[in-house]
Amino acid sequence: MAQITLQNLAHSYYPNPQSDKDYALKEMDHVWQDGGAYALLGSSGCGKTTLLNIISGLLRPSHGRVLFGDRDVTDAETAARNIAQVFQFPVVYDTMTVRDNLAFPLRNRGMEAGYIKARVDQIAAMIGMEEMLSRKARGLTADAKQKISLGRGMVREDVNAILFDEPLTVIDPHMKWELRTQLKQLHRQFGHTMIYVTHDQTEALTFADKVVVMYDGRVVQMGTPEELFETPAHTFVGYFIGSPGMNFLDARIEGSRALLAGGGVVDLGAGYGPVSGHSQIGIRPEHALLTDEEGLPVTIRRVEDVGRHRIIRAELNGHAFNLTAPEGLAITPDMTRVVFAPGKVNVYADDWRVTPRAAAAGRAA
Amino acid sequence: MDKTVNNKAWFLVLPVLVLVAFSAVIPLMTVVNYSVNDTFGNNQFFWAGLEWFEEMVTSSRLHDALGRQVLFSAIILAIEVPLGIFIALNMPKKGFWASLCLVLMALPLLIPFNVVGTIWQIFGRVDIGLLGRGLAAIGIDYNYTNDALDAWITVIVMDVWHWTSLVALLCYAGLQSIAQAYYQAARIDQASRWAVFRYIELPKMQGVLLIAVLLRFMDSFMIYTEPFVVTGGGPGNSTTFLSIDLVKMAVGQFDLGPAAAFSIMYFLVILLVSWVFYTVMTNLDKAEGQ
Repeated sequence: MAQITLQNLAHSYYPNPQSDKDYALKEMDHVWQDGGAYALLGSSGCGKTTLLNIISGLLRPSHGRVLFGDRDVTDAETAARNIAQVFQFPVVYDTMTVRDNLAFPLRNRGMEAGYIKARVDQIAAMIGMEEMLSRKARGLTADAKQKISLGRGMVREDVNAILFDEPLTVIDPHMKWELRTQLKQLHRQFGHTMIYVTHDQTEALTFADKVVVMYDGRVVQMGTPEELFETPAHTFVGYFIGSPGMNFLDARIEGSRALLAGGGVVDLGAGYGPVSGHSQIGIRPEHALLTDEEGLPVTIRRVEDVGRHRIIRAELNGHAFNLTAPEGLAITPDMTRVVFAPGKVNVYADDWRVTPRAAAAGRAA
Repeated sequence: MDKTVNNKAWFLVLPVLVLVAFSAVIPLMTVVNYSVNDTFGNNQFFWAGLEWFEEMVTSSRLHDALGRQVLFSAIILAIEVPLGIFIALNMPKKGFWASLCLVLMALPLLIPFNVVGTIWQIFGRVDIGLLGRGLAAIGIDYNYTNDALDAWITVIVMDVWHWTSLVALLCYAGLQSIAQAYYQAARIDQASRWAVFRYIELPKMQGVLLIAVLLRFMDSFMIYTEPFVVTGGGPGNSTTFLSIDLVKMAVGQFDLGPAAAFSIMYFLVILLVSWVFYTVMTNLDKAEGQ
């Protein structure tokens, strides 16, 4: 096991990248702690799989270095990195039995038979396939095959990290939850570094201690689920995490006040230095409260009851604006104003979060 | 659900029966007719019963031809199948070179059989052929017209040249269908090159290999034109394979009865061996699915 360091890492699929947009991964510097459970979250095509393949060595980065602990593995073969990876679609060796499938990575490393047997039995118990060990993998359901893939990923005890590339795509929803819980349990039990790629925020937030949000080839934020929710470092994080996502309003920032472009003043609860570029404020729907007293005027379009709470689709200064109303709060026709929870308003300049009472435009990446 | 029994349904099979009758059964029956009769032409037949079959089964001439035929098919399969797989594994997977390889590989398959024979007949000649003259020039004694071993080598090399492409192209198609993730998983599992071939590539090629083996067996077992053009069955009878012998008997000697009995047995042997190949290979598949 080892800490994974990405140093000035960047990757382009073109031989001579000219501009920023030729890069599938923009330059990044990150440290992935040993034993952490990370989720790599982002929409399709943002570079998640590219980053994963660079870590596992299936792809050589065009720039920068990858370190495992103190060892530079940029040029090391996948086999030499001692990494396990589970793919989006089940990869099993059809002609082998389930047992041989699970034992395959161990046999290839020349482990002794007794150890292999014990370890395979242990893993089979974990993925609940003890009864099927002697069956051929061919003809099993996609669920079962993916479980074998997961098992094969975890069968080696000495791996530096286990990488999951959207491993639960083909699994039934109820099994998904069960397997994810199992993975989490395994993580606690064995303490492997785990990196889990997904585009599903629920999956990411429930699995990981730290979620890494990627957008357009860049890591825009690496933080705990709470940090992503309360202080999104980039407007994309605000929009992508949460359902519905964060509201953004164009505004001019003056000290501790924001003057909205369409009229109205918002108290930011903290002082800001001069903000340059395209400035916006961001408010979570959960932090905006509908009221019949003082506040900004809103026009309500629709109320959606989603069970635990209601989502109110409204308009503020002609822009769509979402709020949530907790269960039990009666919505009356004269509630046409909105107030923001103090201290929960974030300020953005050119899409990046501005930290209060500090120099402006600090990129919190 | 209970199945209803209605014998009128047999009428629905009738059109197929009629078609198959005209395309296969009736022509075959004329051969059967010849095989149990003796004839001197003019449509005059004398009943011979199983006499021709008895004669053929005990004929050492047929035994020798059958032996040569089995040996030839065995050698052909033993060379072309592994070589075809090997070539398919080493062909470029995409891009300009992949297209070029495909075209070059397909070329021998497009040449008519008798042209292939003629090409090699001239190519191997000691007086004017590039191969024959070339070998003579570097001091190798090679003459396919009077040395049985040289004749065999020539016929086998010719067949390998002509047909290995077929096996290679079929295998190549099988290999192309393997998703990249399998190779990546194998690298992560530290599988050796052999393990990748044995557990990923070979299982994926199994279906096309079955077809390749069947086609190559049937074609090589029925081979006629190419060796006939190159060696004419010689020197002596050393390259007289079953169909060459059959044609000699039927057309050359006009022994229609024995030739007809011979053809029927020949047909049954091919049918039997193909059936055995097919059953064994598909059962292998099923056994593995357990």
